[in-house]
Parts: sequence; structure tokens; C-alpha cells
Amino acid sequence: MNDIPALARGCAVLGTGGGGDVRTGSLAAIRAIREYGPVPLLKLDDLPGDALILPLSGIGAPTVSHEMIHGEDEPKRIAEEAERIFGRPPSAIMSSEIGGANGVAPVAWAAQLGVPLLDADGMGRAFPEVQMVSMYVAGIPADLVIMSDVAGNVVTIRPVDGLWSERIARAVCVAAGSHALMSDYLLTADRARGAVIEGTVTRALEIGRATEGAADPLAALRDRLGATRLITGKLTDVARRTTGGFVRGTATIEGTGDDRGRRLTLELQNENLVADEGGRIRAMVPDLITVVDTETAAAIQTEALRYGQRVTVLAWPCDPLWRTPKGLETAGPRAFGYDLGYVPVEELSHG
Amino acid sequence: MADLRIGIDVGGTNTDAVVLDADGRVIAKAKRPTTPEVTEGLRAALDAVLAELGNGREHVTRVMLGTTHATNAILERRGLGRVAVVRLGAPATTAVPPLSDWPDDLRKAVSAGEAIVPGGHYVDGREISPLDLDAVRRFLDGVRADAVAVTSVFSPADDGHERRVEELVRAEYGLPVSVSSEIGSLGLLERENATVLNAALYGVAAHVTDALVTALAERGLGERGRREQGRREQGQGAQGARGQGAQGARGQGAQGARGQGARPYLAQNDGTLMTLEHAARLPVSTIGSGPANSLRGAAYLSGVADAVVVDVGGTSTDLGVLAGGFPRESAAAVEIGGVLTNFRMPDILAIALGGGTVVRPHGLGPDSVGYRIVREALVFGGATATMTDAAVAAGRIPPGAEDWRDRLQGGRQGDMSEENADILESAVTRADRMVIDAVDRMTLGRTDRPLVAVGGGAFLLPDHIPGVSRVIRPEHAEVANAVGAAIALASGRVDTILPAGDSRAAAIESAKEEARARAVAAGADPAGVEIVDLLEVPLSYLSEPAVRVHVKAAGPLAR
Repeated sequence: MNDIPALARGCAVLGTGGGGDVRTGSLAAIRAIREYGPVPLLKLDDLPGDALILPLSGIGAPTVSHEMIHGEDEPKRIAEEAERIFGRPPSAIMSSEIGGANGVAPVAWAAQLGVPLLDADGMGRAFPEVQMVSMYVAGIPADLVIMSDVAGNVVTIRPVDGLWSERIARAVCVAAGSHALMSDYLLTADRARGAVIEGTVTRALEIGRATEGAADPLAALRDRLGATRLITGKLTDVARRTTGGFVRGTATIEGTGDDRGRRLTLELQNENLVADEGGRIRAMVPDLITVVDTETAAAIQTEALRYGQRVTVLAWPCDPLWRTPKGLETAGPRAFGYDLGYVPVEELSHG
Repeated sequence: MADLRIGIDVGGTNTDAVVLDADGRVIAKAKRPTTPEVTEGLRAALDAVLAELGNGREHVTRVMLGTTHATNAILERRGLGRVAVVRLGAPATTAVPPLSDWPDDLRKAVSAGEAIVPGGHYVDGREISPLDLDAVRRFLDGVRADAVAVTSVFSPADDGHERRVEELVRAEYGLPVSVSSEIGSLGLLERENATVLNAALYGVAAHVTDALVTALAERGLGERGRREQGRREQGQGAQGARGQGAQGARGQGAQGARGQGARPYLAQNDGTLMTLEHAARLPVSTIGSGPANSLRGAAYLSGVADAVVVDVGGTSTDLGVLAGGFPRESAAAVEIGGVLTNFRMPDILAIALGGGTVVRPHGLGPDSVGYRIVREALVFGGATATMTDAAVAAGRIPPGAEDWRDRLQGGRQGDMSEENADILESAVTRADRMVIDAVDRMTLGRTDRPLVAVGGGAFLLPDHIPGVSRVIRPEHAEVANAVGAAIALASGRVDTILPAGDSRAAAIESAKEEARARAVAAGADPAGVEIVDLLEVPLSYLSEPAVRVHVKAAGPLAR
């Protein structure tokens, strides 16, 4: 695992507009590999059943993470605490969230700890809240959270459920200066089967490599994702507001070329959640909706959406786990406050 | 003829100079080729306008220079100083050390060494660690550097640690220090990058300011020359006459200015000026001054404060947007010489289209004959079809060049064949399409704004462009960038995080005061400073609600 630029491009696409900027995580990963050597990528089947998997992710405000970069010792402290609790060191690091920064940075953390990276994650994309992970959907109890901050504090929480985990972890994060490293849903390889989304690191890499040097990066990306092109056009309006700790808003894309006369509105909460064309829903969470630069096919984060950008909006199906009743209850449109019954993207959009 | 201003803009192809009188009229202008050793072109353009002025040169009170020196130094890795890079933030931020994202050759040319030492702040103002000045000393004792760059975590909100390191370095090492809170906004790596580039440019800045001061002194315009001239005049009893000559309300100012000589200023990337002292501290701010000057010049010459400006040069066309008379700023981080930085730059869209762009049977450019246009273009008797030829064939002819059409028809090429005529015609269609698309990108769907056409190649542009209300072609448009330098204001800016609660209003007031103070430090007249930009962005995930505030103040230069 040393093709960080491709991984970063793929994670940005899977970030569906959120998950944080991949740049700093990439720099940390490139540096850690240079310093500690490349990171082996393991499949779940490669691990013995009782091997301990340490899911890791950064938590905090994006504005803060642009300024307050992680310290090198943070993952080590979490791994030591996990070893203290479980009586054995973690056998692999897993990205809690493959979309965005948290998909790339785990390569740095794995390199620093000298352990492999698991080819899996807990979302297959990016979601804004801590309980929105496959482990929660699979019924793994959120009974342990370990957090570490830049000052060296380690906080271990034994929450009663995922919602409490989110609430307390957030409070700890704020106390730590709105920036921390976190591990939750620590699990053995046996328990991870069916509770994590497998192959997502490889998928991110393939997505990133697909556009590299392609004559038509957009077509290459669309093919790789199996995505529907919702619209190609120009970003004509971006409205943002901060409520409840999240950036919410809407982005409007006016069609150009063949799409002239059409208009797509994206509802945002960190990530792109709902694509609406004149009252007709074209795609909705938990399916993936990503805005890319029409020319380069590079994903654009919701924070970086600007008037005038030439963009294409792509949508494609989420992991089947998110389409189960518990998956939809956790991260379907209603979980984000939209009064919408979930309809899969392939039934909403054709072509 | 009191109170003349000279504006000079050193561009990629041409160095332009203008002289403005007290009423702001252009009374002399010149265009000279930019020379590899940039100062020669500068002197040539300066001499050309001074020759037009004759005795009027005595009344020059200010000279404003916009230059590409700093940009070129970075792009060519030439003349850069070696910088000791100090980051205050440990144990935070150690996962990505300084200069991690720099191209190897630039890093090799610039870095004298890098260290992350304890210090810095949290977003809420607490210290990450107490500042470890001994660690700073240990690092500096082990490096050989021309300058020091210091960047502290969250210094835009609290610059205390950076200032203490600055004091230490000056007092104990005698080195110049570049302080990140003066240079960039939030975003540690980008701000640090800009700060290190700034420190690397100190030598380049000294070279430019020396060249400017010397060129002015040689021509009797410099502060020293001016003082000597003042003494001579005093000896001849001219003082009284001059004092009266400088009429009315301006009398006081002109007299003051005369005592000081022609004061030199450098243009910065937001379309405002800074004193040479200020430029010596913040040379990185001169990067991007060219497009900013052309936008400001376009606003001034056209009298329009909100417009799309299209500056057509020899090899490229720059598009920008004027909002309230100032360049709209780029919201994205800006890459300079392969390094991402976060200081504000004008939002410019450059396309490969200019007067010298080569026209081919099935395409347009992107190559250009550049300054060789005066030999190679068809209208000048050459053998290369250029965009200038295509424009002339389409009847778009620069003012005063009505004979170009005949020259195109009857030049060395003989009669224009039908095939060649078709090629030129389709080139104009292609060029227009490029411009229309670029205008559409910059106007963001607003069609009520006019387009101001400036630059030496402005005649290339059609009279009707979809997406704009009308096309304005102001007089002196070909030297708009030098005019922009001549009329620039002085400014100051603050970018910080403030509480959003009850104390918000007071905190914003104090940020405005700080921006005003910085504008005055940059040379503005305290009486004329205004807040020209105020931006508030709410932040998420904080214990106390907070806003990120950006304030810019600007005002006319003090005399």
C-alpha cells in the first residue's frame, strides 16, 4: 500500500462531498511510509479469527483540522490502551470511514504502528455521525470508545449505545480543542465478518487509478463506479448555514450542453444527501452522490463548492448493508430529517 | 502641474509606465519590452514617460511599481534566501512536518532546516504547550540561514508565541523573521508555505527596492535626489513660488511631498500598495499584483466599479471580476511554484489567447510569437498568421492602426487567398467562443455587468459578448495595469476567529480597528481609511459558538 495519490483521489470520490480534505492525510501517509516503510493491505480472511482490529478515524471540525494537524503519537496511545484492555495488541488498523480524509490517514497510522491495514471500512463512503457505521447496523455493541488528543490525553468511554457514544465522544472532542483521534467498535476478525464493508480500500485505489491519465476521466470514473450521471452543468448557487455542529445547505447546478434547461439541487449536510430535479428526487442517501470537476473528474468537497464551477453530479448504489431496514433507519433519508421514503438510485435515475 | 504620479507595471511581455496628473488624467504613457534583467525594461519605460514629461518630472511625488520579480524568483528558483523553518505546535502537527508538500528542488534551494517545537494554541485560545524558546535556540544554533520563518498553530487568532520567537531571533541572531500571522489565514500548511516563501524572498525584495530607488535617484526623482533638488531650489529662492504654485487645498500636501521627494511604493496582489519598508517585510504579497493592477486600472479608466475585466496580452488573456472597484478574490488556495499557499489572490481565469497567438488551418495556439509579433505577424510583413492578423481581417483594428487592413491585404503575402481568409475567419470564431465561455465562467450567470476590455490586444475582442450588458473600451486601455498601479490605495487585513456570542460585536469592532491600523502601517492616510470588505463564516464543532472573520481596510496614501 504505497499509491497514496490514487487512494486519495478515490477516497475523495467516496467522500460524497464530506469526510474532510484528503490532502493533509495524504501528506501524513506519504511521510509515514517514507519513514516506516510501506503498509501491507490485508483481507479479512488473511487474519486469524481472534485477531484484534482497531478501527480509527479523526473526529472534529474541518476548519480546525486544517490548522491543528494530528500529532504522531496519537495512534500509538490508542493502540496501547486497546492492548491494556484486550490483553493483546491490535493485528490491523481499519478505516472507520473510507470516504475523505479518514480513508487516507489510516495508512499513516498503520505505518506508524507497524501493523497492516485492513481492506475494509465501516461505511463504504462518508457519513457525518459516529453511529452511522456498518458495525452499528450489524448490531455490534458500541460499548467501548478510545480517544486520544494532541496533548496526550487518552479517554476511554464505555457508552450504553451508539447514540451515547456519539454524544460523549463529541463532548470529549470539543474539550480536546475540536480535534481528536478515535477508535470505536473494536472487534475481532470473526466478529468483523458481515459487520464491515470489505474491499473498500482496493475500491478507492481502483477509482483513483481509473481517472489517472484517462483520455476522458469523467467517462472512466463513471464506468468504474457504475454511476448515473445526474447532470453536467455550472454551479450557480451555494447556500450554507451552520446548525447543530454541521454545515447544512443547498447547491444548485444549472445544466449546460445537452443538459441545458435542466436544474439540479443538492441538499447538503457535510455530505451530499439528496439530489432533486424540479421536485423529482433523482438520488438520495445512503446511495452515493458525488460532485466532480467535469474536466478532471476530481471530486469536489461540499466546503469547496464555488459559484461558476463546471461540474458533473454522479450517483451510484450504496453497499447492500445500508439498504437493510436497520441500515436505512441509521443512515437513510429520515435519519437526516428528510421526509422521504428511500428509493434506490437505480430506480430513480436512468441514463 | 503639481503632484504627478508614475505607475509602472512589469509584465511578462511588456513593461508599461504611465504618468497621472493631480486630477488623475493620463498625461504620458509608454510600453517597452520586459528585459531578462527586469530593471532594464523598467528604466526604459520610466525614461520614455519622463521624456514626455520634460520639466514636469520635478513634480513627480510618487512612483508605484508592480513587478513579477518575486514570482520569477520562485519559478526559476533564483536569488532565494535560505530559511530556517520553525513551527510552534508540538506535540500537535508532528504527523506532517514543514515543507512536506514542496517540490524537492525548491525545498533544497530554500530550506536551511525545519523544526517543530512546543508552542501554539488551540482554537479556543488555550496554549497547546508553553512556548519552548530554548528549543528554538537549539534549532537555530545548528543551522545556517539568511532568514527565519515562524508559524504557530492558530496564530491568526493568537500571534503571541510567534511574536516572542520573532523578538528572540532579532535580538539573539540578528536575522530577519517572517511571521505567519502577518501573511496568511487559517490553514496551517498553506500559511506556513507562504511564510517560508516570504522569508526566502527578502533578498529579492531588497534587490527590487534598491533597483527602484537607484533608478529614481539617477533620474533626480529619488528621495535623496529630491531633497538635493529641494535645497537647490531653496538656494534659488524658488521655494516661495513653488509653494504658491501648489494651489489650494493641495498646497500643504504638495509642499510636504516635495520635501520627501518622489516616494516609491510597490503594488500588492489585492490591488493596493505598500511602502518599501512594508514590501521588505512582505515581499510575497507582490505576487499576483499584475492582474490586480489591470483590474483596478480598468475600473478607474472606465468609471465602472462592478464589471468583468478582460485583459488581452501577447500570449494570454486574463479575466477577472471587479466588485466595488476591487478585484474579486480567489476562494481557493493558490499554487505558487508548486507550493500551495493561502494568501488572498485575485480570482483570475487565464486562457491561452493573445495578439501573438499562432493561427493554424485547424486550430489556434496555444503558442504565441510573443514579442516577436512586430516581425512575424502578417500585418507587420512577417510570415506567421497570428490572432492579430485574424482580428484585423475581421475588421477589428486597434485605434490609430487603420492602415493594418491594407497591410494585411497587400503585404508580403500578396493577395489574401480565399483559403487563408477562411482560416483567419475561423480563428476569430474560435477565439470568440473561447472568450464567451471564459466570460460565462467568471460572471456566474449574472448578465447585468459590463465588460471592460483592456490590454494591448483588447481590439481582438468582439463588440458583442453574450453574458455581459455591453463592452466598454476605455481610453488608455492598453496601459490599464500601469494605471492600476498609479491609483492604488494602501490596505490592511485581518483574518481571525472570534466568539459569536455577546462579545461578537465588540470583537468585530476591534478586528476592524486592527485592519485600519494595518492599512495605516502600509502607508494609508488615517483620515481616509475605510473598511472595504467584511466576511463572517460560522464555525462548527466548538464549545463556544465562534465565527471566522475576515476584514480588509483600504485608503488613499498619506502624503
